[in-house]
Amino acid sequence: MMTIMPIVQLILLSNAASNEIKEVNIVIVDRDQSESSRLLNRKIIANDRFNLVAIPFSSSTAKDYLQANKADIVLEIPNDFERKYVRGERPKLQMLVNAINGQNATVGSGYLNTIIGTFNAEIIPNTLRTTPATAQFTVASRNWYNPELNYKHFMAPGILAELTALLTIVLSAMNVVRERELGTIEQINVTPIKKWQFIIGKLVPFLCVGMILLTVGILVSKLLFDIPIRGNIGLIFGYAVFNLIAVLGLGLLISNFADTQQQAIFVAFFFIMIFVLMCGLFTPIESMPKWAQYLTIPNPLAHIISVSRKVLMKGSGFWDIRWEIIYTILLAIVFNALAIWSYKKQT
Amino acid sequence: MPAIVVDHIHKSYGDVIALNDLSFTVEDGELFGLIGPDGAGKSTLFRILTTLLLADSGTAYVVGHHVVEAYKAIRKKVGYMPGRFSLYQDLSVEENLSFFATIFGTTIRENYDLVKDIYVQLEPFKTRPAGKLSGGMKQKLALCCALIHKPEVLFLDEPTTGVDAVSRVEFWDMLKKLKQKGIAILVSTPYMDEATRCDRIALIQKGKILSLDSPDEMVANFGKPLYAVKTPQIYQALMVLRNAGFTHSALPFGECIHLTTNLSLNASEIRDYMEQKGIAVEEVQPIDASVEDIFLNLSQTAESQRQ
Repeated sequence: MMTIMPIVQLILLSNAASNEIKEVNIVIVDRDQSESSRLLNRKIIANDRFNLVAIPFSSSTAKDYLQANKADIVLEIPNDFERKYVRGERPKLQMLVNAINGQNATVGSGYLNTIIGTFNAEIIPNTLRTTPATAQFTVASRNWYNPELNYKHFMAPGILAELTALLTIVLSAMNVVRERELGTIEQINVTPIKKWQFIIGKLVPFLCVGMILLTVGILVSKLLFDIPIRGNIGLIFGYAVFNLIAVLGLGLLISNFADTQQQAIFVAFFFIMIFVLMCGLFTPIESMPKWAQYLTIPNPLAHIISVSRKVLMKGSGFWDIRWEIIYTILLAIVFNALAIWSYKKQT
Repeated sequence: MPAIVVDHIHKSYGDVIALNDLSFTVEDGELFGLIGPDGAGKSTLFRILTTLLLADSGTAYVVGHHVVEAYKAIRKKVGYMPGRFSLYQDLSVEENLSFFATIFGTTIRENYDLVKDIYVQLEPFKTRPAGKLSGGMKQKLALCCALIHKPEVLFLDEPTTGVDAVSRVEFWDMLKKLKQKGIAILVSTPYMDEATRCDRIALIQKGKILSLDSPDEMVANFGKPLYAVKTPQIYQALMVLRNAGFTHSALPFGECIHLTTNLSLNASEIRDYMEQKGIAVEEVQPIDASVEDIFLNLSQTAESQRQ
């Protein structure tokens, strides 16, 4: 047990946690529909780092993709692209980058710039020989949602969510087992108290602690880092209640199975490590292998980080975070049902 | 039906047999003592009767309810004081009591008359955390908490272990009063001198009952002459006596040797025999058996039968 857990972590995390950006979702608005614009499109799609999500006709549709988190980059080719280019007028491409995840934004736009640069340098002069060699186009790039690529804005909500989950899981994991160690559970078990009453009694105080920590944490982040609060803050708190219940349920589940506090802490840390490194805070979930992306579904930390970033930085509403809410409620039900079921008053 | 019925209960942990085919009953309003050393299986029996542990075989009933099938009904009607202090150490005296009252769906006020005698002693410390109480006070609080829901049967697992002599006497006085209120009490203790305060006792060792009777009957039925032999050479005297033909058993007992004989001898005969063998004897006198004598004799007999 002692050695298996770190080995599992080693295998899981080395595979899933990397700084490499493997997949950049791109939406291209081609207003030009010319030979050279299509050439540029093909060049981008041919690169396997890019995943073409859609080729809409209007830029507002493209921005919807960005808002819905389906696209990382929107590339807009203006309608006079080829004409201006042939005339040697230096046409401008527009690039909108979803910069909530600063790393994804920088690396993704870097890839794109390189491709466009190559396109500039090689392909156009070769295919359109009439063009003067000096004529090149420029890229106007804008980072959305986090315009200055402020790392703190991007990290602070995530770290706060992580710390809250960490505290609550440790508190709850230590709790039932502590009663077992002290012997107080012996006295409780002979009383007519129901299992679910016992678990709720354990849950509520820690839920309050978690909510207080979250409130203080958001205040501090606002004061110290001036994090943006674009969405409805109530939505975050409402969601956090479910999230904390899910995390606490897992903690209590661990506690029910542990014989000593040491065991409980050890197992809790196993989960914390995996949750933290696979929650999208350090490695964007989109860059993980597919199997690892599925593994983030039962990870409550991944959901709360996603929600806090979406709501705080992007101003997302209820509908935009519906999947996080659904998954979290399911997790809360599953973990707590297991915690109630595994709490045995009899041996 | 009696308050507690134990019928051929058997429980083992792996190779270790904790309870070996145990049977007895406790009547309503009876103070029943389980007397035995550590590891005799007392706590295991308590945990089975309080529905915390399942027996391997055999059945048991508490207040007429089967301990496995009707465990929920039992939990409402019994008070249990585990061997280890099991109240919340960081809650105050008063908080602990009202917490347990609430869990049982009652209030301190409702059953105050039952715990009053004990609680008045705790009252001066009612805001003190339970963990900071003295050993005797802790046990009194635990008894209060076990009583607050007016149980019909009380299970007390070594309530006087680690408690000073004065508090122990007080504690037994309280049990006597509770008994008079019709509560059946099953109490365990490793202290043989406390046995006389019970209505009936069961001497148990290694999961088996050696003897079960009222303490007076047990003493009266001891049956063998018993002598206290006082000598400065305890070890040598033991060797000599154990090899003597008349000896049934010779056991060290504080600064004396308690000797039981198969024959009826008088004290001077024993003294003469020992002095012949070169042992200095200060005193030999016939005495009445105590529960401890009975226990040691029985356990020795049981031991030699096993071998």
